[in-house]
Amino acid sequence: MTVRKNQAQLTSTEKRRFVDALLELKRTGQYDTFVTTHNAFIMSDTDSGDRVGHRSPSFLPWHRRFLIQFEQQLQAVDPDVALPYWDWTADRTAASSLWAADFLGGTGRSRDGQVMDGPFSAASGSWPVNVGVDGRTYLRRALGAGGRQLPTRAETDSVLAMSTYDAPPWNSASDGFRNHLEGWRGVNLHNRVHVWVGGQMATGVSPNDPVFWLHHAFIDRLWAQWQARHPGSPYLPAAGTPDVVDLRDTMRPWNDVTPADMLDHTRHYTYDAAA
Amino acid sequence: MPELTRRRALGAAAGAAAALAVAGTAAAAAARKEHTAADPASFDEVYKGRRIQGTPSHGGGHHGGHGGGYSVHIDGEELHVMRNADGTWISVVNHYEPFATPRAVARAAVAELQGADLVPLVTV
Ligand SMILES: [Cu+2]
Ligand SMILES: [Cu+2]
Repeated sequence: MTVRKNQAQLTSTEKRRFVDALLELKRTGQYDTFVTTHNAFIMSDTDSGDRVGHRSPSFLPWHRRFLIQFEQQLQAVDPDVALPYWDWTADRTAASSLWAADFLGGTGRSRDGQVMDGPFSAASGSWPVNVGVDGRTYLRRALGAGGRQLPTRAETDSVLAMSTYDAPPWNSASDGFRNHLEGWRGVNLHNRVHVWVGGQMATGVSPNDPVFWLHHAFIDRLWAQWQARHPGSPYLPAAGTPDVVDLRDTMRPWNDVTPADMLDHTRHYTYDAAA
Repeated sequence: MPELTRRRALGAAAGAAAALAVAGTAAAAAARKEHTAADPASFDEVYKGRRIQGTPSHGGGHHGGHGGGYSVHIDGEELHVMRNADGTWISVVNHYEPFATPRAVARAAVAELQGADLVPLVTV
């Protein structure tokens, strides 16, 4: 059974095997298909039209399925690898071991944002950015640029306290847990973390930075924690909503999985500590 | 001058729509939807050495298929932009951080690009 661990608790061997599996998916071209898929959804999900991956109730089940698929690809390379999660309420500075040279590498240099150390630096030769929005083919970051702050534990708890999953109009204007977690309203959790990292993470091709998976694994864990706190609160909407994925509607691009299928993560993996 | 007048009028409309939306009634939602259909004025300027242009567009020209009614270019290359339900804007290079206007989103993109050229996106 796959156990997803806090990245801060990984052994050096676990870090190395995770990194090696990422580099292998990159080498074979499989990695970039995930970047392409994510960008296609982020550009086509709109508040007034069809929306599946973002700015809609299915933001959480869609990313859960997306991460499961990615984790399965990693495990095809190395069966002992699981996606770690980054608790950015605890590891909230660029000095965190997450950004050390033996794991994800650090922030970008000021001149051009280029990441200069770690396995994903351009100098390593193993991490070309092929699916990009501009001509730059190197990984970029600007961790905490401009004095930006990651969400605090108290801010995160305030969102976990929201008992309604989602609400009309089921988009970036909604009240409820999903949109506050996604960050279009209120204290802003998920979106703010993308912006804090900067570089490709702030763009539609955000999975170019491997921290994408660790960020979304933590968002996924917060969903599980929310479910544990509000056992009587269902996924919404239940049925009959135009442009939106209802509980038993299938989700693109897989077309064989529904939000209902994704509600219980323990069928696929567990977390190192109880939700 | 006519352009300024138009911009001011649109700003007033957007402000009224926002005020109505806060009321949260069905009528307000309908009014807001109507106003969102109105596009901001065009712009054309050189910002930090790069030409940024924005103009209302009705169909075509967008590679993402999101159906937006406004297009933005940087040095002639299209910048994918999207309007949020509250009237704010994002672009493909600042996709998680809303800006008040398409011009602001274009300027933010210029800053983010640090001189790099936009390239047409690979989509599935
Ligand atoms: Cu996403
Ligand atoms: Cu994200």
